[in-house]
Parts: sequence; C-alpha cells; structure tokens
Amino acid sequence: MRLLLALLMVLATPLMAEEVVLGLSKDEIAISADFDGSEILIYGAVKRETTIPDEPLQVIITVSGPSHQVTVRKKDRRFGIWINTESAEIDEAPSFYAVATSDEWSKVISETEDLRHQISVERAIRAVGINADDPQRFSKALIRILSSENKYQQRDFEVNLREQTLFDTSIAMPANLTEGSHKIRVFLTRNQEVVSIYATEIDVRKVGLERWLFTLSRQQPVIYGLMSLAIAIIAGWGASAAFQILRRG
Amino acid sequence: MQVYLPIAEVSVNAFLLLGLGGLVGVLSGMFGVGGGFLMTPLLFFIGIPPAVAVATEANQIVASSFSGVLAHFRRKTVDLRMGTVLLVGGLFGAALGVVVFNYLKSVGQVDLLVKLCYVVFLGIIGGMMFFESLNAMRKSRAGVVPKRKKHNWIHGLPFKMRFRTSGLYISVIPPLIVGVAVGILAAIMGVGGGFIMVPAMIYLLGMPTKVVVGTSLFQIIFVTAFTTMLHATTNFTVDIVLAVLLLVGGVIGAQFGAVLGAKLKAEQLRILLALMVLGVCGKLAFDLLVMPSELFSLGTAGGH
Repeated sequence: MRLLLALLMVLATPLMAEEVVLGLSKDEIAISADFDGSEILIYGAVKRETTIPDEPLQVIITVSGPSHQVTVRKKDRRFGIWINTESAEIDEAPSFYAVATSDEWSKVISETEDLRHQISVERAIRAVGINADDPQRFSKALIRILSSENKYQQRDFEVNLREQTLFDTSIAMPANLTEGSHKIRVFLTRNQEVVSIYATEIDVRKVGLERWLFTLSRQQPVIYGLMSLAIAIIAGWGASAAFQILRRG
Repeated sequence: MQVYLPIAEVSVNAFLLLGLGGLVGVLSGMFGVGGGFLMTPLLFFIGIPPAVAVATEANQIVASSFSGVLAHFRRKTVDLRMGTVLLVGGLFGAALGVVVFNYLKSVGQVDLLVKLCYVVFLGIIGGMMFFESLNAMRKSRAGVVPKRKKHNWIHGLPFKMRFRTSGLYISVIPPLIVGVAVGILAAIMGVGGGFIMVPAMIYLLGMPTKVVVGTSLFQIIFVTAFTTMLHATTNFTVDIVLAVLLLVGGVIGAQFGAVLGAKLKAEQLRILLALMVLGVCGKLAFDLLVMPSELFSLGTAGGH
C-alpha cells in the first residue's frame, strides 16, 4: 500500500509542477436572522519551481454545496388543468454550484477532462439511474430552474488571471443557501488539460437564533409546537387586552 | 429589512410580511373571518413553500381566533356546548386531513390539492355570498323582511341534544359532520375554516347569527392548535419566525379593520368580502388553467 502511494507520488509530482496557494475572504458563511446572501472572494497564486511553460495557463474555480437526491416533476394538461404527471429522480444534485473560468469554456477544458473531473454544471449532476423516456429533459429542467434562482452559475471570463500567477474571483451565493460544507475546487489547465487540482471547504451553517429554532423544531418537535402555540395565545390575548384598554381610555 | 426564515429556508422582507399580516388583519377585523383563506395564497405568491405556508398559517389563526373569542366571551355569545360538539368532529377531521396531506405530499400532488380546494371552496362560498347579499340588498330596498326557515330535514335525525345558548334542540349528527368537514379543510388548506363554518352554522344548523362567530372562533382555536401540533411533529413545517411576523401585523390590522367594518352596512360588507374571495379564487384558477411558463418543478425526495 505504502509502495503504491509512493509510486503515485512520484507519478503525480511532474503533473503538479504548478501548485495552487489559495485564500478565502471568510472561513465560514453564517446564516443569521438577517442573512441576505453572501459573496465570497476566492484568491490565490500559482507556486512553481520551473519557468512558465509556453501554453497559456487557465484557471477554473468551482463551489459546490451538499448534494441531495431531487425529484423533478413535469406538469401536463389533464382534464383542462395543469397537474404534475411525470417525475424523475436525480440521484445527486448539488444544492449550490458555481463555476467560474478565466476564459471561454471551450478554450479552458476539453470534454474528456470535464467528464473525468465533473466540472461543468451538467457534469456535476449525477443522474445515472434516471427512469424516464427522455432523461435529458429532466436534468436540463433542474439546471434551468436552479440557474434562474442563481443557485447554479456557469460564468466564463469571471476569474481574473494576472501574469499566469495571480488569480481571483468572487462568487455570489443566494439567500436561500442550504446548510453544510461547500466544496471549493481550483483547476489549473493548459492546452485544455488539467495540470493541477486544489480542493478545500467552506462551511455554511445557521447560527444563533436560527440554529436554535431549527434544531429545536427537528429534535423537540412537541416542545417547538407548544412554544409556537404559546406565542400565538399570548399575542392574541395581548392584542385583545390592549384593545380593551384603548377602548376604555 | 431581510429576515431569514429558519424553517422555510428563504429570506424575505420583514416589512412585507408585517404589511401582509396587517392587510389581512384589517380584512379579518372588518368581516369577522380568520383571513387564512387569503393569507395562505398570498404566502404562496411571495415564494414561501406551500407546506410551510399551510402549517404556519394554522399557527397564526390560533392567535387571531384567540384574540377574537375573548371579546365574544365578554359578550356571552359563545355556545360552549355546540362548540364542543363541533370540536369533537373538528379534531377527527384535522387528523384525517393531515394524513391525506402527508400522503399527497409523498406523491407530489399536494400543491394541486391545496390549490383545487381553494378554487372550489372560494368559488362556491364567494358566489353564494355574492348572490345572497345582492338579493338581500334588493329585498331591503323593496322593503321585504327576510324569513328564516324553522324546520327542515335536519330536525328528523336521532341523537337530539339541547343547545341553550343557541336556543336549538337538534341532532348532534349535523354539527359533527360540519366539524369533520371543516377540520379536514383546516389541515389541508391551512385555514381556520370560518368562512365555511359560519355559513354552515347559519344555513344548515339554523343557529342565531349573534352566537355564530364566537362559537366558530372557539372551536377554530382548538382545531388549528391541533393542526399546528400535527404539522410541527410530522412535517416540521411550522416556521415560528414567519408566524410571529404575520401575527404582529395581523393583530394590529384587526383593530383598524373592526373600526372600518363598523362604518359599512352588512350587505355592502358581504358583497365586498364576496368579491375579494372570488378575486383570489379567480387568480388561483387562472394559474391552474393557463399553461405555466415552467412546466417542471423540483421537490426533495424522501422528506426534506
């Protein structure tokens, strides 16, 4: 095992002749009561021991949220009204996915490399065991809907690259983020081939009151329900009492 | 000011919610209805997930009904015995409604069911109210005094019971059925059911109008409280932050509504309410009939 690992290291070293050093504008995204989306600044540099090769360097940065199984439903006209008829399960779809590149997509990476590393939005979705007559329709619909909500973003030319060494981009994350660790990947490519990969994570989680209420509603649903009712009763009684005072006064 | 709702998991403008609560509160104060039938579709329109809207609205109705029933207790216009009979049916209906709701949620038809319920019931109630108040207005102009029917088939049923406050001696079967029906609707539509309960009590049970609203509110508190608990424990869809924002606006709006309502005539008030009900119904029906711009929708598999 150790031998294999050593062998891999030896094989991997020439590939990783250029390495990414990465920085993030924040370590975690906190969903507090006034959370209204967030922007993270991702910046870094390319560390290399050798001279810069002739082929121009390109950078791809992806941010992906936790994956879930998603049901996509399609409406059809039945008895004059539009109701859900067909449905398909998408095995794994990230709750958030953004790809930013330093140039036009087709110039940055080849089909095969995209397939291998699952970089583009289409590849990031796993819909293998889809059981509909036209599976493409459903995964396309998923991408279309989530793109319109800004949850899926494919943005070319959004990574600024200077002197083939320094790069940065900012990713806007919508207000309706899902909790969990979000994976950040940086790919360096030359001649449409991936030459280096760097991966890290940023945590998105509810904090404070939001955290407390959410946890309570899942772990102590009876207490949570009774608390909701108590608030309702007190507010109702309070309004009635206040109105009485106003009318007398 | 944006507020992130912990259960609905969306960020919405707090003032928008306060305003919506206030607006519906004004209307409910004016017309003596809970306002859930207006609030729940409005919540759909601003992007709250339907399951959360329905469950949270039930919680808000507890607040507005409790506020309302206290006033009726002071005036002694609550028929506790009738309320209890309706309540027994209501609790049974609510449990049934949540079962139906959860089953349809699992097959992806819950939105359709909720919307269809709205279109059908708002259409029927709105239409009936509209024509009834038009007739009443015409008759009052002509100077004819409306007559209440004293005896119908309902008086032939067994298990009779005396309801002193309402001055009735009728079988417990019709109130039980009305209770069950309203309970089911409360659970599915996220409404107190006042807009169905009130006409049913007047026209089917023949209760005097002055005790109808108080009695209806009395039993709605318990049915919606029960519905809230069921939704909170089985679906985890009650959003307490959303509920608080709505009910703060609601209880304040209701006070203004009550003042406004006192300045209008009963028939005018009912026609306005009928038009509003028909308007919401029309909007929902339009959405069902017209081809949507996006045919696909997303849902999480196996719960949230």
